[in-house]
Amino acid sequence: MTVVLAFAAATLFAIGTYLVLQRKLSRIIIGLALLSHGSNVLLMSSGRAGIAPLVGSGDLTDFSDPLPQALALTTVVITFGVTALLLALAFRSFLLTRDDEVEDDVGDRDVARGSWRDKDLADGDEAELTPLPDESDEADGDTRSDVDQDLATYAEFVENEGGR
Amino acid sequence: MKQLVVLPVVLPLLAAAFSIMFGRWRSVQRCVCIATLVTTSAISVALLIAVDRDGPIAVSAGGWAAPVGIGLVVDRLSAIMLTVSSLMLLGVLIYAIGQPGAERNHVGFQSVYMILAAGVAGSFITGDLFNLFVSFEVMLTASYVLLTLGGTRERVRSGMTYVVISLLASALFITALAFLYSATGTVNMADLHLKIAELPSGLRLSFAVLLVVVFGVKAGLFPLYSWLPDSYPTAPSPVTAVFAGLLTKVGVYALIRTQTLLFPQDSRATTVLMVAAGVTMVMGILGAIAQDDVKRILSFNIVSHIGFMVMGLAFFSIAGLASAIFYAVHHILAMTTLFLVGGLIQHAGGSSRMRELGNMVRSAPVVAVLFLVPALGLAGIPPLSGFVPKFGLIQAGFAEGHYWVVGASLVASLLTLYSVVKIWIGVFWSPATEPPSGTPHPVGRLGGPLLMVLPTMALFVLGLCVALWAGPLYGLCERAAEGLLNPAEYLKAVLG
Repeated sequence: MTVVLAFAAATLFAIGTYLVLQRKLSRIIIGLALLSHGSNVLLMSSGRAGIAPLVGSGDLTDFSDPLPQALALTTVVITFGVTALLLALAFRSFLLTRDDEVEDDVGDRDVARGSWRDKDLADGDEAELTPLPDESDEADGDTRSDVDQDLATYAEFVENEGGR
Repeated sequence: MKQLVVLPVVLPLLAAAFSIMFGRWRSVQRCVCIATLVTTSAISVALLIAVDRDGPIAVSAGGWAAPVGIGLVVDRLSAIMLTVSSLMLLGVLIYAIGQPGAERNHVGFQSVYMILAAGVAGSFITGDLFNLFVSFEVMLTASYVLLTLGGTRERVRSGMTYVVISLLASALFITALAFLYSATGTVNMADLHLKIAELPSGLRLSFAVLLVVVFGVKAGLFPLYSWLPDSYPTAPSPVTAVFAGLLTKVGVYALIRTQTLLFPQDSRATTVLMVAAGVTMVMGILGAIAQDDVKRILSFNIVSHIGFMVMGLAFFSIAGLASAIFYAVHHILAMTTLFLVGGLIQHAGGSSRMRELGNMVRSAPVVAVLFLVPALGLAGIPPLSGFVPKFGLIQAGFAEGHYWVVGASLVASLLTLYSVVKIWIGVFWSPATEPPSGTPHPVGRLGGPLLMVLPTMALFVLGLCVALWAGPLYGLCERAAEGLLNPAEYLKAVLG
């Protein structure tokens, strides 16, 4: 049983690590979820296996260790909450940038640009930093304006309701 | 005294619930939160005095005896950290109320801030490794919300990095806990102290290194710090001040606690810590020198100075640990003051970029003084608060014969001076070269709204007090360090 759990944890860790190293935010979030599952499985397997630890249902030595189960339950709840927050953040990020690519540290680029200001590297960086792709793609026109609409409504909402 | 131990966690949580209920009455909300933090500070001081006199106090939550139940333990180290952190949280809360921005625009700010306070207190007083994880998560989840309040593009971008890295570290923490539990069958730290000693030495060392990595991410140690200067500066100034002053120090606290209490002398990750500390000091400060933004320079300074504390820990001597604890106290106060001043600069000048700021020594002389003294203290200029722990660290390093890392720390101190002087010249002395990107506010003689300047001054004065009463405080830190290296009292309080 423990070997199966160990394999499960190892597989989850491997896939999770691979996904976390990707550039797309959605994959990173799935990767993080898998990684946390892996560690939860590991936590589950850290105690002794046995029958359900209910007092009176059997001999004390046959019981499984209830503590890792309680610990795993706690971590599952915590991971669930944080993943939900992360998904909300990712959605906001998508609304704001129209892309789920993880951006570079703007400040770092700024510093790099500052020191290379004379060498026209700035233009290249500037082009990369522009938030929206140009509107050449006709087919996407409709969905874009939808998202724009949503975004505008949302921004308005935040403006009006945020203060209360 | 035993009843007081749980209050620093319970009171802020109750206040958080209260401030959600009283969201419509902002003044009630503010009064409740300030009153809570005042009470917590008073309790922390009382605990500090009691613990220093009588030794560690342990409480088993829920009435389950020590190795099984969740133990809460206050010893000298946790009482010191608790006192400094609650005073600082109080100051920053008043500052946040005074500042137009995060607190005024968001009804949830107060309650999330209180949850953060509860998480920080929980991390300091827990005697159980799993409970430490839970407290960390409470603190971090609150910090995710505070960092991304408002959801502007910049905050979401940097908040994302922060959340992802923290979540990764948490997964690693759970993994470490799982391995520790399957090897020892306990997560109580006092019990772990006894049981880890029976494990084979290779296993012990790998646990030590695993925990260094877990807490190194939270503290911002060398290869694991890149998230910190990226995410901190984008938050509103009071939030950045709390993060800068406290969150990394909670990581350092956890490092100190686990490395000294859990592992016996021969299996501590001394070399790893020493190298990481040396490289952190130098890399952090080199990063600071390259920046142009006040908040980013200060953020890189946090990274660099984490190295000093970890260096003190890596000596594993009483002098080294005492200096590291003293350094943490000094650094919490100095860093918070500097970030609050950074907020004042941004308020008055409309920007935090140095090329867009200038001549503030004339337009806001009070702010200039409030900046200069803690900044020089950070660099370790003699009568100020940074000098004593730095001197102690260097002495401890020479006593142990670690000349390289001491040399690195001296270089880092010198470059710290350079980086803060760079801010001083850029912001206060030289004229601005570009117009500010934000809107400058007209400020009076004080240099900002009264409620923003007053708490900054209070923390400034507290920093001066640390310098004035450095002797007694160092004595206290020394007793705390003795308790860490010889945990007989701690074990007796927890296990009976």
